[in-house]
Amino acid sequence: MDFGGLALDLTQLDAPLPIWRVSSRAEDWSETALLVAESGGRLVSLWASDRRQGASGSFTVSAAYATSSGLLCFELPLDGAHMSYPSLAGIFPCALRMQRAIADLHGLVAEGAEDTRPWFNHGAWPEDRFPLRRDFDGAESFPACQVRDYLFVRVAGDGVHEIPVGPVHAGIIEPGHFRFSVVGEKVLRLEERLGYTHKGIEKRFESLPAQAGYRLAGRVSGDATVAYAWAYCMALEGAVGGNAPERARWLRAMLLERERIANHLGDLGALGNDAAFAFGLTHFMRLKEDWLRLNKRLFGHRFAMDRIVPGGVALDVDAPGAAWVVEQCDAVEREVRTLRRIYDDHAGLQDRFVTTGRVTPALAKELGLTGLAGRASGFGHDLRADLPMSPYAELQVRKASHSNGDVAARVFVRFEEILESLRLIREIVTALPPGEVLAPLPSLEEDGFGIGWVESWRGEVLVALETEGERIRRCHCHDPSWQNWPVLEHAVMGNIVPDFPLINKSFNLSYSGHDL
Amino acid sequence: MWKTLIQIVKVGLPAEAPPVLPAADAGEARRIEAEVLAVLGRALTIREVDAGSCNGCELEVHAVNNVYYNLEGYGIKFVASPRHADMLLVTGPGARNMAVALKRTYDATPAPKLVLAVGDCTRDGGIFGETYASAGGVGGIVPVDRFVSGCPPEPIEILRGILAAVKAGQQRRDV
Repeated sequence: MDFGGLALDLTQLDAPLPIWRVSSRAEDWSETALLVAESGGRLVSLWASDRRQGASGSFTVSAAYATSSGLLCFELPLDGAHMSYPSLAGIFPCALRMQRAIADLHGLVAEGAEDTRPWFNHGAWPEDRFPLRRDFDGAESFPACQVRDYLFVRVAGDGVHEIPVGPVHAGIIEPGHFRFSVVGEKVLRLEERLGYTHKGIEKRFESLPAQAGYRLAGRVSGDATVAYAWAYCMALEGAVGGNAPERARWLRAMLLERERIANHLGDLGALGNDAAFAFGLTHFMRLKEDWLRLNKRLFGHRFAMDRIVPGGVALDVDAPGAAWVVEQCDAVEREVRTLRRIYDDHAGLQDRFVTTGRVTPALAKELGLTGLAGRASGFGHDLRADLPMSPYAELQVRKASHSNGDVAARVFVRFEEILESLRLIREIVTALPPGEVLAPLPSLEEDGFGIGWVESWRGEVLVALETEGERIRRCHCHDPSWQNWPVLEHAVMGNIVPDFPLINKSFNLSYSGHDL
Repeated sequence: MWKTLIQIVKVGLPAEAPPVLPAADAGEARRIEAEVLAVLGRALTIREVDAGSCNGCELEVHAVNNVYYNLEGYGIKFVASPRHADMLLVTGPGARNMAVALKRTYDATPAPKLVLAVGDCTRDGGIFGETYASAGGVGGIVPVDRFVSGCPPEPIEILRGILAAVKAGQQRRDV
């Protein structure tokens, strides 16, 4: 492939989407990033692997870029004792925190990065030890270190003061720290500090057989368990050259759309609640509960955890089951349309939603906002429509989009996506292809490499898997929250403090998926 | 406004009967509220603390607050501060990065300081195990009155766990 004048030595991976692997050289690393950015591509994920014992004999830094023709995964082997690589944060701002994570976990430094504060290491392990190096024993623990001072950026001026929030928050949500610099009620600056839910997931993968890793992948972010399990299985199936049967692929898509609807229903209720309209929470949570109960009845689990397995799915839908699904979709559609009219007509609610937490399309593009929030800011990417794999190619997904980029736009996108996913689910269960739902994968003998890339309800998740024999050598999981957390800092600027929960909920980002 | 009222009337009250507690904990549905009152002398307030969960348990803790489970009908309520709470509901394997925050939250909670640990990973780290980053359960960070199994436990199990922890806390004080 000739990419912007650079002749690239590409290897296409075995995957249902177009994914290429490219070996990069240090001198091309930044230039390729620039070319990707100029051609409208975006950075999906940045991670490192310790391959000192492998063929390359070195650490490798990988950058996965989404382009119009697919995913390009550039791998940069670091020479010998070289422990650094050129920073990409000047080209893709979202790379900054990923680079800080690489520094904490691998001890590799991004040259030229402005911010080198630790990100995941809050003192649970010594600064000169790096958990994702192969010679680090994951079971080793260290005496609790003193809580280290973390240097937040200070805002100075007349009347400026700070409000520290978290890590334990007031609601039933995950932990993270928010440092607001405010004047009166107005937010001048928000700085996030994350990493509190870091529980060593990527190290844990190294102790698992590749066939069993899908369960852990399904717990990277519980609200996107289906998307992660599918991405993991896609990566493993690619690594060993196996394939899920057609019926299984359709059932996976049905689960993914059911997960999307479950989360959107919950979010729409919570957004109403955060704008003091408790009625919305009551009714949307009732619909969500009905939805999850049908999951339990049909698949044996309310969130369909562990139902996507390597080589297929661990469930099937028979004719009566399909009828229940269609019947429920019809009922939910009627109710959602009623509730949408109520939301649209509610002056108090719209007053809180409209113009709040705005991310303009230009800012969205500059910062690489992704997923649902991106589509609400005119930066509309959706893998299901852009690079459709089976069965999405047959289903012709209509991408939701809005360009206002405020809370109202993110509410709009959620309503649109619920209706579209209801259509998809009905089509899937009525046109389910016959056949097996599970095809055992060939056994793993050599080293394998695969990538899974799936549009979760929140945005694109990516799993990059390296296997050695039956075991996992490295498994990197990427959540779209990495892209969107930094944008939230911009979205709240100039808003009032009491609107923060509303703005935050309208993004609904994952802490666990980010902290790993 | 009319649409909102019509929707409220149309849907009615979907609250379901409370769970029956198993074996030794078995009790009349009506006794639940009485038990909460007997133990605490008032309603039960809970502060949720996520100690590194995958957020699956949070989804179910949210669900236990939906209309079907009628939690507030028993006088049980989630509150925003540990200083207002009788019980901490803890999830996750005990991420080491959360150890200090969890301990401080516990310290800030007034008596009776009940602790309900929700989810398989709170017991022994579950799928996340005990590692450099996970304490392998929350029991080593704060004393736990009751564990609720499941990954994640269903709302009805969480509700049972809350009631059982209230009883366990009562026995702890009676001894």
